[in-house]
Amino acid sequence: MLPYLLQRLLLLLPTLIGVTCISFAITHLAPGDPAELRAGGGLGGAGAEGLSSKNRGDLDRALAAWRAQYGLDQSLPAQYWRWLRNLGTLEFGNSFKDNQPVWRKIAERLPITIQLNAVSIVMIYLVAIPLGVYSATHPYSVSDQATTFTAFLLFALPSFWIGTLAIVFLCGGDFLDLFPPGGMTSVGYSSTWPFWQRLWDRAWHLCLPVLVMSYGGFAGLSRFMRSSMLENIRQDYVQTARAKGLSEHLVIYKHVLRNSLIPIVTIMASILPGLISGSVIIETIFSIPGVGLLAYEAVLARDYPIIMAVFTISSLLTLVSILISDTLLTLVDPRITFSGRSA
Amino acid sequence: MPSSASYWRRVWRHFKRNTLAVIGLWIALALILVALLADVLANDTPYYMVYQGTRYFPLLQSGLDSLGLVTLPPELRHVDFTQLPAERAIFPPVPYRPNRINLLVPFAEPSAVHWLGTDKLGRDVMAGVIHGARISLSIGFVAVGIAVGIGLTLGALAGYFGGWVDLGISRLFELMLAIPTFFLLITIAATLRPNIFYTMIVIGFTSWVGIARFTRNEFLKVRNLDYVTAAVALGTPTWRIVVRHILPNALAPVLVSVVLGIASAILTESGLSFLGIGVPADLVTWGSLLNEARSNSFAWWLAVFPGAAIFLAVVAYYLVGEGLRDALDPRLQ
Repeated sequence: MLPYLLQRLLLLLPTLIGVTCISFAITHLAPGDPAELRAGGGLGGAGAEGLSSKNRGDLDRALAAWRAQYGLDQSLPAQYWRWLRNLGTLEFGNSFKDNQPVWRKIAERLPITIQLNAVSIVMIYLVAIPLGVYSATHPYSVSDQATTFTAFLLFALPSFWIGTLAIVFLCGGDFLDLFPPGGMTSVGYSSTWPFWQRLWDRAWHLCLPVLVMSYGGFAGLSRFMRSSMLENIRQDYVQTARAKGLSEHLVIYKHVLRNSLIPIVTIMASILPGLISGSVIIETIFSIPGVGLLAYEAVLARDYPIIMAVFTISSLLTLVSILISDTLLTLVDPRITFSGRSA
Repeated sequence: MPSSASYWRRVWRHFKRNTLAVIGLWIALALILVALLADVLANDTPYYMVYQGTRYFPLLQSGLDSLGLVTLPPELRHVDFTQLPAERAIFPPVPYRPNRINLLVPFAEPSAVHWLGTDKLGRDVMAGVIHGARISLSIGFVAVGIAVGIGLTLGALAGYFGGWVDLGISRLFELMLAIPTFFLLITIAATLRPNIFYTMIVIGFTSWVGIARFTRNEFLKVRNLDYVTAAVALGTPTWRIVVRHILPNALAPVLVSVVLGIASAILTESGLSFLGIGVPADLVTWGSLLNEARSNSFAWWLAVFPGAAIFLAVVAYYLVGEGLRDALDPRLQ
């Protein structure tokens, strides 16, 4: 097991370097100079064009100094090499926007995004597995087909549409006022509130974003669960369990369900990348100050260090989640080995 | 040829039995029709008009005029027909262009005048939804076309030649799987000048992996069949074996991911324009209308109708794709 894990971990490295190489090239080759953009923002509406030639010269010198500060005056391979060397020491540089260390900015926001994603994944599993079990125990019935179809419709509903509808109709516009229109905390929130009040406030704010983020995942997982259950129900050991007089309840929940859960583990890896990109949209809709919103703002401002950090971290998360689900698969099902016989 | 007429007739027979898939196909065809006829359905140029005693067919004539086939009288060129004191005029059912600004009626609620209301600049939402179908569908089709081109080529290369070619291309698949695609997409689309052609290309270039993997697996399956060996033995050139003998067999399963790909390309495009990325600010799309609802949450019509259009388009292609998958699956026949 250990050699296999080590081997997989080592193989992560070239993939990760490839990903950073591609994203570095794309972000830096794209038109749009962050220095000019920053100057344009700082100078307000006048922009760089409206300046006299003397001022223009001063500005150019300032821009050149600024570029030098962030190493943007070097050649692209040199910049990439510098970035990669810094990555070796887990150093992502400073944000162009406020010169804060990228690492700190992301560390501030990552817990919020992880919270959102973790609750959504739990939610997806909590809803989809019972749905799948129900469908599999009543196969081809009307209720099975209705469940499948409803889950399919939910899957096809664009999350940014449902999110917008929720904001319009449920968040204190001209209609219902059931949920806060965004953010993570109420007005007047203080850390001195009692724990339960803080927890309630957080839950109230996360309710809609989590719902919108997770409903689309029900279809895939419940369908997968259904077919996994159906496959197991046909097996001989189920016949044996029934023949020795076990109640149907025991057969389904103790024998079939446990075996059907094995492949469900692997699905986690395919859910995660979707959630990462989903959080860009969800966090923008509900103004949640997570990594998704940070990334979106960084893209609009061409804040290279933050963009690169987000690329690197989310690719790493994806790769690690694939690795974890492969490992879990070998742990829960000893018949599956990825390494050779000897291991 | 294995993909003979009878094969597709059988697939069609199975497809027809699936009511939902047929409904999806009808919706998809209806949307294509709306997209093609957008200029005829929603336009502020009348079909027929009597002006100063002369009869005109302004919509037809201005269309032919821009092609240089007919010349309109100069006083009728670049004119606002709704302000023209014509004796008689028959306008299209939705007498607005999607980008026709009318600052007198911002945020008008749905009514007989504006069926689906107006946005903050007084632009008609119905016209926007109709013309949005054209933008969304054309982005969907072209993006998937690009993805199919890349996916088929790389998948065929990897699957047919195997060895180090396969190894290299498979590594590329892994890379693309590890990259957060949607984030890559907004990064590229946000840095380029907003333009729907760029958006098509970018979506195409980031969504080929599924098709390529499918093609590769099909090629691996078919490559060692006897008829391919026979073709090699006959001295058929490699490109001919790939294109004429293997590709038709690999095409059917790829078709499913193509149809599903159109749905996800439409979804991606709307998501991008919802975030205000990738399409010019003055272009009305389903996503951009929905975006306006976010900051003007009282204007429920801006949230409901464009979103419903996106949903309808996406669900139609999903239903067709699912139906096609079942119809092509030999185990279900």
